[in-house]
Amino acid sequence: MVITDETIYYVGILAKLFLSDEEKEQAKKDMSNMLDYVSKLDELDTENVEAMSHAFPVSNVFREDVVTNGDDRENMLANAPEERNGCYDVPKTFD
Amino acid sequence: MEKTYETVIGLEVHVELATKTKIFCGCSTEFGGEPNTHTCPVCTGMPGSLPVLNKAVLEKAVAVGLATNCNITRKGKFDRKNYFYPDNPQNYQISQLYFPICRDGKVEIDVDGEKKFVRIHEIHMEEDAGKLVHDSFTDTSLVDYNRSGVPLIEIVSEPDMRSADEVIAYLDKLRLIIQYLGASDCKLNEGSMRADVNLSIRKKGEEKFGTRTEMKNLNSFKAIARAIENERERQIDIIESGEKVIQETRRWDDEKGYSYAMRSKEDAQDYRYFPDPDLVPIIVDDEFLDTIKRRQPELRDEKRIRYRDEFNIPDYDIDIITNSKKMADIFEETIALGAEPKKVSNWLMVETMRLMKEHDRDADDLSFSAKNLATLIDMVDKKVINGSVAKEVFEKIFTEDIDPEKYVEENGLKTVNDEGALTKTIEEIVAANPKSVEDYKSGKEKAIGFLVGQTMKAMKGKADPGEVNRILKEILSK
Ligand SMILES: [Zn+2]
Repeated sequence: MVITDETIYYVGILAKLFLSDEEKEQAKKDMSNMLDYVSKLDELDTENVEAMSHAFPVSNVFREDVVTNGDDRENMLANAPEERNGCYDVPKTFD
Repeated sequence: MEKTYETVIGLEVHVELATKTKIFCGCSTEFGGEPNTHTCPVCTGMPGSLPVLNKAVLEKAVAVGLATNCNITRKGKFDRKNYFYPDNPQNYQISQLYFPICRDGKVEIDVDGEKKFVRIHEIHMEEDAGKLVHDSFTDTSLVDYNRSGVPLIEIVSEPDMRSADEVIAYLDKLRLIIQYLGASDCKLNEGSMRADVNLSIRKKGEEKFGTRTEMKNLNSFKAIARAIENERERQIDIIESGEKVIQETRRWDDEKGYSYAMRSKEDAQDYRYFPDPDLVPIIVDDEFLDTIKRRQPELRDEKRIRYRDEFNIPDYDIDIITNSKKMADIFEETIALGAEPKKVSNWLMVETMRLMKEHDRDADDLSFSAKNLATLIDMVDKKVINGSVAKEVFEKIFTEDIDPEKYVEENGLKTVNDEGALTKTIEEIVAANPKSVEDYKSGKEKAIGFLVGQTMKAMKGKADPGEVNRILKEILSK
């Protein structure tokens, strides 16, 4: 399958990736290979096969509505690149 | 010109479910905690963490679906909605696109006696996002994930509404159903119920829908009504001037009374939904469904009919009392404690409504107990206190939920039932007011009112006015 420049550009925007021209060419090839590989499935007749969303035949795994987590803010914020006033401090973002 | 256009409105309503914990982790959903004190690896999107569905979320979503006449999806699942924004630490929101839990429902609304159905396209479960606060001093944004992962349902209607009044009637209907189910408190001003309005216009009689816009940030019924009126006008102006309405999301500024575009369809986001592989499918079997059905409480419409049959109170009172689950609960509990329905209704309709207005409080915020109201009514029945003292005591019950027996005792508000003492006071009043006595005796019946008032004053309000009247007449007839 041929991946166009427009597709790579669009996927780049969605993934927030800024690729150089060389990286774009490589990405086009890689993506094309992947899609070709997966397109092998098109050879099968899946007309009456239900779409699968999960690899294991398991359903209805629930939690009871009981608070099990306490305040672990210090640990949680230890993962933040920047922290201030008990919050994650991130570059200015607008709605 | 105006009248030739019809407004077509559909609603997307987000409701925060009243669970103790978040949708996929055991963090508390309680309001008001310090930032990020209700977070864990799951609700902050740490790699390797595993979400597990809170059973109460599914139960509440199904309960709302049943109460809104939806079909319940027997085999459902969750999907990931992908987007980058700091309020969403996973870079995707877990939601339901392909198999929402409820579909094809309807609710009946009533606008000035005119009834119609609003169809519900679907109801799906999803998680709420965190909160961003912009810090102008450092010019950065501070993120609090306490709300991240709080369970929501989104109720999507069909474009069946034609006016702001219908929209408000529909929202009020949803609010009452959901409050009665105990699934959420549904407060627009606090954000536990949020409505986005999809609106388009078309020439009357036309089949085809016009291009619609989506309006966000509507925090009150008033704001919704104003935004609808404003958006209708805006779209008519556009079409009248020969332009085309652009499909876009707009944000309503209620203070300034206008809306502005947030993002248009051209740069609309591509959410690339796909099934969430961390969450297993949900099978709703007959047993689960029957359990929820059995648990469904009496809803408002049923309650109104029952009140009409059981209690001898006017329809108007029934509507007001059942317009809030909180008030209906107080009403029923007070009656269960032995109070007469008509008397309970009077306390709610007169004094409670007056105090709500005075204290600017919603019926949903009533915080007094049925027990104290029942005791108060009993004390009046038994003439332990008189009517005006009762009003004074009720105000204390309304504001501080005091125990009326204790309060009356401590403040010496009991009616004086000592007939000797009362007679003595009345004799003094009669002796001190010969003019009124003469007026009364010469046929001016009204003069007795003054003497009763003087006696009540002398008794510091703690006498039974009926008794005073009786003794007074006895003395005057001598
Ligand atoms: Zn959590």
